[in-house]
Amino acid sequence: MNNKFNYYLKGKKGEYEVVIGLEVHAQILSEAKLFSPSATKFGQEPNSQVSLVDAAMPGMLPVINKFCVEQAIKTGLGLNAKINNFSIFDRKNYFYADLPQGYQISQYKNPIVGEGKVILDMPYGTKEIGIERLHLEQDAGKSLHDQDPNNSFVDLNRSGIALMEIVSKPDLSSPEEVSVYIKKLRSIMRYLNTCDGNMEEGSLRADVNVSVRKKGSKDFGTRCEIKNMNSIKFIQQAIDFEAYRQIELIEDGKAVNQETRLFDNKKQETRSMRSKEDAHDYRYFPDPDLLPLKLDSDFIENIKKKLPELPDQKKQRLINEFKLSSYEAGVIISDKETSAYYENVAKNSDYKLASNWLTVELFAVLNKQNKNISDSPVSSINLAKLINLIKNNTISGKIAKTVFEEMVKTDGDPEKIVIDRGLKQQSDPKELEKIISKILENNGDKVKQYKSGKEKLFGFFVGQAMKETEGKGNPNLINDILKKMLK
Amino acid sequence: MSDITKLSLVDTVNNIKNKSISCEEVTSAYIKRINKSKKLNCYIESDFEQAINKAKSLDNKSDKNKKLFGAPIAVKDLFCTKNLQTTASSKILKGFKPQYESTVTSKLWDQDAILLGKLNCDEFAMGSSNETSFYGNVINPYRNKNDLVPGGSSGGCSSAVAANLTVSTVGTDTGGSIRQPASFTGIVGLKPTYGRCSRWGIVAFASSLDQAGPMTKNVKDASLMLEVISGYDQKDSTSSKKNSENFLNNLSKNIKGTKIGIPKEYVVEGMSKEIQKLWDKGIEICKSLGCEIINVSLPHTKYALPTYYIIAPAEASSNLARYDGVRYGFRSKGNDLIEMYENTRGEGFGREVKRRILIGTYVLSSGYYDAYYLKAQKVRSMIKKDFDDVYKEVDAILTPTAPSSAFAIGEKTSDPISMYLNDVFTVPTNLAGLPGISIPAGYDQNNLPLGLQVIGRHFDEQKILDISYALEDEIKFKASIEDWWINE
Repeated sequence: MNNKFNYYLKGKKGEYEVVIGLEVHAQILSEAKLFSPSATKFGQEPNSQVSLVDAAMPGMLPVINKFCVEQAIKTGLGLNAKINNFSIFDRKNYFYADLPQGYQISQYKNPIVGEGKVILDMPYGTKEIGIERLHLEQDAGKSLHDQDPNNSFVDLNRSGIALMEIVSKPDLSSPEEVSVYIKKLRSIMRYLNTCDGNMEEGSLRADVNVSVRKKGSKDFGTRCEIKNMNSIKFIQQAIDFEAYRQIELIEDGKAVNQETRLFDNKKQETRSMRSKEDAHDYRYFPDPDLLPLKLDSDFIENIKKKLPELPDQKKQRLINEFKLSSYEAGVIISDKETSAYYENVAKNSDYKLASNWLTVELFAVLNKQNKNISDSPVSSINLAKLINLIKNNTISGKIAKTVFEEMVKTDGDPEKIVIDRGLKQQSDPKELEKIISKILENNGDKVKQYKSGKEKLFGFFVGQAMKETEGKGNPNLINDILKKMLK
Repeated sequence: MSDITKLSLVDTVNNIKNKSISCEEVTSAYIKRINKSKKLNCYIESDFEQAINKAKSLDNKSDKNKKLFGAPIAVKDLFCTKNLQTTASSKILKGFKPQYESTVTSKLWDQDAILLGKLNCDEFAMGSSNETSFYGNVINPYRNKNDLVPGGSSGGCSSAVAANLTVSTVGTDTGGSIRQPASFTGIVGLKPTYGRCSRWGIVAFASSLDQAGPMTKNVKDASLMLEVISGYDQKDSTSSKKNSENFLNNLSKNIKGTKIGIPKEYVVEGMSKEIQKLWDKGIEICKSLGCEIINVSLPHTKYALPTYYIIAPAEASSNLARYDGVRYGFRSKGNDLIEMYENTRGEGFGREVKRRILIGTYVLSSGYYDAYYLKAQKVRSMIKKDFDDVYKEVDAILTPTAPSSAFAIGEKTSDPISMYLNDVFTVPTNLAGLPGISIPAGYDQNNLPLGLQVIGRHFDEQKILDISYALEDEIKFKASIEDWWINE
């Protein structure tokens, strides 16, 4: 493995590595639930998207949604993983008020997707993270404890919605890698349209397994699982807290207990939820209401053929086709919409300038306005026009920034802005010569000083020329003319 | 016509179609008799007003072509019936009125049958005597000195058909729950091939074993009922894509040349001589009809009961988890969620159901799964293979249905194992997913009916119906029920 960077945590008695594995629960983008035809829209009236099956009425039976199976296969292919022709749905039995059946239909010993891998672009190079498996399962409903002083309420809208649980190998070694890993998974699924990756709405959640070991050790320490995290920031904080907590225990000569913990983001700490001894016995067994899922190879092949371009492929293409650096390409492809935006601008203008303008200027604006590229105040067509104005010397890069500011405010057409505001670059050499010779005449003393060796004054003359042209003078021409006339 | 309720299903429907009786007359006759037969405790829910209204509207209908036109039918309380309380004879489903109709029962009503009500059964179909019902025992209309059980779990069904309280019915059979009570009450009971009938809308006991099937006065009625209720249902992933067949029209008494297997493992210890005699009589009749009798071996038969009593409770323990007091049915009080669960399930389930939930939970627990559940699944596949091997040689298998005739209420309740032994001849077919039918074949010395079972190949219900039809014709079994319970 290409691991040029190591993240070490300092204890009192030495340095430690942190070992992290993730179980990511990704909600499948699908109109209907995994085993019922109910709708799956977020934020609807409680219990308005519940079928007889979702409410586990007596005698109701699950029927697999073929589309969700396709989505899982697509995702598996996106993770370079083995698709299993034979998989089994099992029942995971436990009681909870928002689990109507008294069991969750999941996959246990025979998941639909087997081992795969995800490549992370880290500042210190690429790192491969192993995928253990991906399986299909149903989501539970939601218990609402804050609606009434004496009762808890249950909302079953989420009950039965299809999830993919993506289990990584314990290959992650820093909060930063975890962040990049989650973003990469999200990006792959968004390219594939299999999950919208919206963490605020809970369509992407993670259980984080953390353990620590002495620097250089090959053995694994005892791990703790931090459950149900839905923010990358909190996951990173929780890992750090948890790692230091474990280091402290070890250094105090105490044992780390294998247990499930919860992260309290207000107190910035993890707390024990239940220990291994109290762990549920889920009594998994194959669901007798469902036949094993048998996929023929043609079915999988057909999905493979229709697979869209994935982030890693797109990155390579941007490097080859547009001569972008690996870093630039990496930034652009990280998000599906961003890369589409980039390609639109690049194809219609200049791919190098497009990369600069997108990743520096536009990203700054989006950050400031807290917007996604899909809500960008500047359309890709207009940004391409702006770049073309620079390319054909109609405006200078500096003026372009002024035009860009105007575009951000109004999403105006840059060509029009340039004309309306008279920002067209002055590139007529005769005009510029006239202006410059006048400046030199008026500053005879400075010309003398320059000629006697004070070459720094060149900048002063450029400044004067720009001032005279109200910033519109073509800077390259001004330079050339000045050099010629000051000889 | 004073004997309306004695007519078979086929005759009843024909009489209505040729206008010798009206739907209303038939339905009223049944309702009258049901009202006088409360002692048998067959019905636990009814909707006679709706039944009469439907009968009247059918009488006004010009198209009388549907297969069950005007037939008044009550069904086992395991079938969800729209707007009519469905409890599986359990307290925990008290007050539950489904907003949907099971696939099997909706096929009955689609053929213009009339719903009379819901029939008692063992709680969640767990039992062989109908003694585990929250609604109390059902009484077998064959009376000895003591009150007798009607068999189970479809005991309300068997008793109701035998006592002419429904023209025929549908029960469910997980380990013998149609065939054993049929045998105890002198009627015909057919468990179809697993997947032949949809399980959608039937309160689940053990999903990989449950199958709905007809319980009727004779083989022709069973054939008609089966052709109505069978067929693929996309709402049940385990239902077969096989189309229903014209079982009634295709019914034939000519079974000459049929190869019939007699499995030596079905001679069990403690089985009465009368049962052996009955079996021998069946064999002789088959011979006389030109069948070839072949002695066969189903070597893993002795493991069938223990295998069944691992797999069925395992599935049941999970299937019954949904009865938690949160969404429907009975709910007890509790200071928190766990206490509410404990009280609800503690008070809502009866002893036998709790026993099986405990067994099922145990055999699925980590550390025990491999030794029990997984082992049982392996044995199950060997039992299936036994049948596959035998069916290379024979077309069907003839056995007794149960090792005894109906026993007295309370006789076996303190000894669950001896109760479980009642299913010894019926359980293997459920484990193998095969069709099996019980037909009345004679009486024991106490004048109680005994049944013979014919087991067929997967989806070869026609063959076992034909054999049964031929046997029925030779045996000429006559029900000897005096209406001793009728309360005028």
